[in-house]
Amino acid sequence: MSDTGTLTMTTPTDREIVLTRAFDAPRRMVFDALTKPALLQRWFGARGWNLVVCDVDLRVGGTWRFVARGPDGTDMGHGGVYRVIQPPDRLVYTELFDDQSYPGESLITHVLVEHDGKTTLTSTVLYASREGRDIVLSYPMERGVAEGYDRLDELLAA
Amino acid sequence: MSPDLLDATFAALADPTRRAILARLASGEATVTELAAPFDMSQPAVSKHLKVLERAGLVSRGRDAQRRPCRLEARPLKGATDWLQNYRTYWEESYQRLDALLDELKAKEGRA
Repeated sequence: MSDTGTLTMTTPTDREIVLTRAFDAPRRMVFDALTKPALLQRWFGARGWNLVVCDVDLRVGGTWRFVARGPDGTDMGHGGVYRVIQPPDRLVYTELFDDQSYPGESLITHVLVEHDGKTTLTSTVLYASREGRDIVLSYPMERGVAEGYDRLDELLAA
Repeated sequence: MSPDLLDATFAALADPTRRAILARLASGEATVTELAAPFDMSQPAVSKHLKVLERAGLVSRGRDAQRRPCRLEARPLKGATDWLQNYRTYWEESYQRLDALLDELKAKEGRA
């Protein structure tokens, strides 16, 4: 069980990124935050970007579509199809960006585990190719942060 | 950091023995003999791993012809961790907003 507030990121295979984060709330609330447009609009996406479209057809085979508008008016859209909807512990859907710079859909799997009123959310993004994953990881380069070597141990231990 | 150097860094890090060598060097320079000691591995096998690490710029060798001590060069690692950090920062920020939202939802439910 990870501490709330600490985001763990791993790359267990060359096509995956796994994010694990604990939240101080029951998992049905976290599940709602992942699936209800009114809630998604409050938190999802990059800083300074707002969801101007947030359509969710929450049923297996139903589609979702989000469009985020950036500070300079640029729109970024993405969407996909729900594959598994199993509240409050599992949500699986595909994702494709409108101007995606790599081929193929990604598959996103959220698993929610509750313990003592806290929820650990594990999100696995499976890319169609290693190249796709690597491009995504290198994407927001302008956000490069000058941190110390505190991630070194984590990387060496990976 | 150039994509080629990133590729070389990640390829070098993809091996558990090489990560162990780097972890050892993080606590100070060492000779090939010293590096080989904890592994069930010949010195030539360790030297092979060191060559990969050297090519990736992660390890440099001292001038002393006898000992040629190995030392950790942290800069490519820093580049690699920065590179990982970007995607991570994006989600850290989103999840911090989600924390605030969840607090609000819990407070609402508490009142209801």
